[in-house]
Amino acid sequence: MKRRTEFLLNGSLRLALHTLAEGEGRPLLLLHGLGEQSPRTRPAWTNSWNGPVIALDFTGHGDSEVPVSGGYTPEGLMSDVDAVLADRGPVTIVGRGFGAWVGLLVAGARTSLVHGVVLFDGSGIVGGGPQPPTPYVNVLPASGSVTPDPYALLELSRDPRPPDYALDYVRFVLEDSDIEHPIVVSARIRPDWLAAVAADIGVIELPLEQAIESFA
Amino acid sequence: MPETDQTREFPGAKAPDRTGSIDSSGLRLALNEWGEPDAPVIAMVHGGFDFSRTFDVFAPMIADAGWRVVAWDARGHGDSDHAHLYGWAADVRDHLAAIQSISSEPIVLLGHSKGGGQLLDLLDGRPSLARAFVNLDGLPSQFSSPDVNDRERRRMRRADLASGLDRRRRRAELTRRPDTIAGLAERRQPMNPRLSREWLEYLVTVGARHDDEGWRWKIDPVLHLGGFGPWRPGWSLDHLAALEMPFLGVLSGVQDDPMGWKSRRGDIEPFIPPGGQLEFYDDIGHFLHIEQTRSIADLVLKFLEPLR
Repeated sequence: MKRRTEFLLNGSLRLALHTLAEGEGRPLLLLHGLGEQSPRTRPAWTNSWNGPVIALDFTGHGDSEVPVSGGYTPEGLMSDVDAVLADRGPVTIVGRGFGAWVGLLVAGARTSLVHGVVLFDGSGIVGGGPQPPTPYVNVLPASGSVTPDPYALLELSRDPRPPDYALDYVRFVLEDSDIEHPIVVSARIRPDWLAAVAADIGVIELPLEQAIESFA
Repeated sequence: MPETDQTREFPGAKAPDRTGSIDSSGLRLALNEWGEPDAPVIAMVHGGFDFSRTFDVFAPMIADAGWRVVAWDARGHGDSDHAHLYGWAADVRDHLAAIQSISSEPIVLLGHSKGGGQLLDLLDGRPSLARAFVNLDGLPSQFSSPDVNDRERRRMRRADLASGLDRRRRRAELTRRPDTIAGLAERRQPMNPRLSREWLEYLVTVGARHDDEGWRWKIDPVLHLGGFGPWRPGWSLDHLAALEMPFLGVLSGVQDDPMGWKSRRGDIEPFIPPGGQLEFYDDIGHFLHIEQTRSIADLVLKFLEPLR
């Protein structure tokens, strides 16, 4: 099907939420990588999912609006996903790259609304590393409505991701979830945070299609 | 809640000599200045939940000694624009935009609390901005709060997460609660238990605005104390040791001041850069420059004397 787009409000900022496949039941929510946008059509690796397949453009990406003067943090963009949860109720998340990182954070923050999260390769999966890199502070011209917002690219490629911080979110998920393996790692790239997550005893690894099937 | 008396006096408090604004990638930041326009510049960066008018007594003292003091309100604070997104890095960038708008030459930078911590980060990436750096109780220590175990830390983080997301869900309907001048001062007192009610009432008249329902703090209601994220105090402390410009750090030793960072002298001393100066006061709270304005101003002026 041709994707259908609607807009959700996060504060006063409009977020684009695309429906890639119709269906009944719990939606599969796709979160794109850094600098990317939602796919135009349903990816083949979602074909085993019988429910709706939806995809969110993060703030400053794709068809979502660009805020004035940046300020991007993964924690701040959790509220983008939370706007979808408030509108659609429980979802299963597949996150690519940066979307995998935000997907894990949201899964830990909204345990009753995220029914499983799959962490997959994609742009922005590394972030700034376990510790912040040397500060690169620069003032960019106002970018208007162009996406991806240059501030998103700058700020979200440098956010520190300490492994023990990631594991806090793993614990939040595992403590609350009523499914056996609510976090599945399908990514092959393993920055420190993701290596720590994958090594946790409550987390399993599966190829992407199987991971999605496990939550169907 | 009509209130006819809309001003308060405070001994030594002086409104800025000049006001203006600067642009940070489209976001307007409110700017205040005290002192002669052609005097050497010292820029002051306020802390979290504060605003530049909290320097209304301290800044005139520095200006009277021959300095041009420039201070701005952080995004979402005071008279600056509210932003859609907030973050430590964005504040640091806003500071860069402000400093670059003030001078193309290195200037003296002074930061209090969070403002001091953010200047540590800025100067690690942009050391040439400062000819000297004064940090007022903004030296975060990784050794603080040793009594918080991992389980408790996780519980606190989780509570922050839930409340933060809930607040953002409701941000379109959030407003600051209106009150009288005395009422707002009383509500701020738990954050500033060592500061006088007279000062807090004065702060209301410069940090809040009055409408038909009463006074409301100007700060963006989506902002809240605490917050969440992976930030570690030690990350900023690492930057302290790398400083090359003249440095004065001033630490409060009062451990139960709620807004303080509770760093101890022994935590910080190993990171003081060569030639740097650290002063420690175990009887002054986190808001040193407000609680003991004259003595802290004299300390800063003495440090700055070779730079006049």
